[in-house]
Amino acid sequence: MPESPALIIDGLIKDVGPVAALDGRMKRVVAGVSLTARRGHVTALLGANGAGKTTTIECAQGLQHRTGGNITLLGEDPQTAGAALRARVGVMLQDGGLPPSARPVPLLRHVASMYENPRSVDALVERLGISAFADTTIRRLSGGQKQRVALAAALVGNPEVLFLDEPSAGLDPQSRLMVFELIRELRSQGLAIILTTHLLDDAQKLADYVYIIDAGETVASGTVAELLSEASTTQAHRSLVFEGPAGLLPSPALRSELLLVETRPGSYTVTGPLEPADLLALSTWWAAEGIMPTSLHLASRSLEDVFLAVSGTELR
Amino acid sequence: MSAPTMPTSTPATLGRRILRQGRYETLTMLRNGEQLILAIVLPLMALVALSALPLLDDMGASRVDLATPGVLALCAMSTAFTGQGIATGFDRRYGVLRFLSTTPLGKAGLIAGKVLAVLAVLVIQAAIVSVAALFLGWSPEPAGLALGAGVLVLGAISFTALGLLIAGTVRPEATLAITNLVWILFGALGGIVLPASRLPAWLEDTVGWLPSGALGGAMREALVFGQVDVFAIVILLGWSLLASLAAIRWFKWS
Repeated sequence: MPESPALIIDGLIKDVGPVAALDGRMKRVVAGVSLTARRGHVTALLGANGAGKTTTIECAQGLQHRTGGNITLLGEDPQTAGAALRARVGVMLQDGGLPPSARPVPLLRHVASMYENPRSVDALVERLGISAFADTTIRRLSGGQKQRVALAAALVGNPEVLFLDEPSAGLDPQSRLMVFELIRELRSQGLAIILTTHLLDDAQKLADYVYIIDAGETVASGTVAELLSEASTTQAHRSLVFEGPAGLLPSPALRSELLLVETRPGSYTVTGPLEPADLLALSTWWAAEGIMPTSLHLASRSLEDVFLAVSGTELR
Repeated sequence: MSAPTMPTSTPATLGRRILRQGRYETLTMLRNGEQLILAIVLPLMALVALSALPLLDDMGASRVDLATPGVLALCAMSTAFTGQGIATGFDRRYGVLRFLSTTPLGKAGLIAGKVLAVLAVLVIQAAIVSVAALFLGWSPEPAGLALGAGVLVLGAISFTALGLLIAGTVRPEATLAITNLVWILFGALGGIVLPASRLPAWLEDTVGWLPSGALGGAMREALVFGQVDVFAIVILLGWSLLASLAAIRWFKWS
């Protein structure tokens, strides 16, 4: 029998307001999001800022009261559940939620005291490299250091479900590697990890299953591989970028479906349904003109293509 | 099923969570220098000034006997209203309230912890002020000591609810400004350290309805005369109830 999902969101609706810009009417920020998050999986909510990702997971955490729909977190409704459920769920908020005058280790020990069998604070501090700034007040930490303390605070209760709101925000590349490695390790330990991100790269690197959220709705979902293959069949759209001497345009003989532009002096992009014969046409042109490109790159398909195809929204 | 099964995490008991939060908030308050000036230094200065100046003469008791109950009331306002209000306002700004309410502590535990911290700091303040007052010759009415302690706790609850109401509804900078301004106005003209009869005529009848005047009056009645000021206690209960209901209705956690 398959294990029941850790989190089920069914047709979530959330109105906020009244909003002055709407003449005092309510604004619908989540308009029917449904999703499922399993144990041992990283489930990503991907979308632009303001798409409704944070509101969705805050409803799942019980921090915001929903207007409609159903949420089941570890078999309970997070809106009415008590301390027993909260003990099984770890939350890292987007803004960290840490008191600026506190120092990391005493703060983590305090949070740990809310649980019967917390994780070892020392081990977490060691694992996340917090020891180096253990005695610095939170307000003096860098964004990435704060983020690591917030992650430790979310993990100290040894949760089964972990919510991470924009986990890589403000992380330097090294911290990001450290945090990503820890997230994968926690996944292999069987945690259900639900994260929001506006970074395609995060979703592509971490997520087992991705929900693309746009304007409060789920516009696409699937494994990263599914989303990518879907995009390559539904939208035969590739691009080729090359660099060489400036001012080569206009060029001869490329098919009319293809668009060749000089994006900046000496850098050219061909977009459209590229085929092998088009590459031959390009190199024939270069050979005839004696052009040797200094770089040549066929852009591979990314989640960004999927995202743009399904939402039409530019990611910020 | 490939994923290993994990032990279920359980919360610490409710009592322990509230005690730990109360302890944490108490230590945070005591480490805050500005807060200590407001909570201890200024009340002590008020005590010394009222004992040295002829502001409370001809009222049927010594200066220090009349001053100390009001200064204890001032301590409650400092900690429960101004100090706690400002701290909560900034905790709200930084998302601390939201984060802690996702832990087993929860929203109710968070508020309970704050009330506990206010009472713990108030005990320390009351001890310091009482010792200083005893050195200045304070001799409280023994029959009114337990009553005075009860009135002080009731006052702290009223002011905690009012502080939470402000901290939960306006920006923290505004909370800072309002709670400090109100502390000065109530402290000087609210009937807290100066009895209503020593205020300008147009204030004399008003301050009895304010939480400051009710608390100051009830404290003096208890500790100077050993009497229950029923009207003042009803007023304090009314403010506690109204401010709590308003805070429950309008407090925003983010």
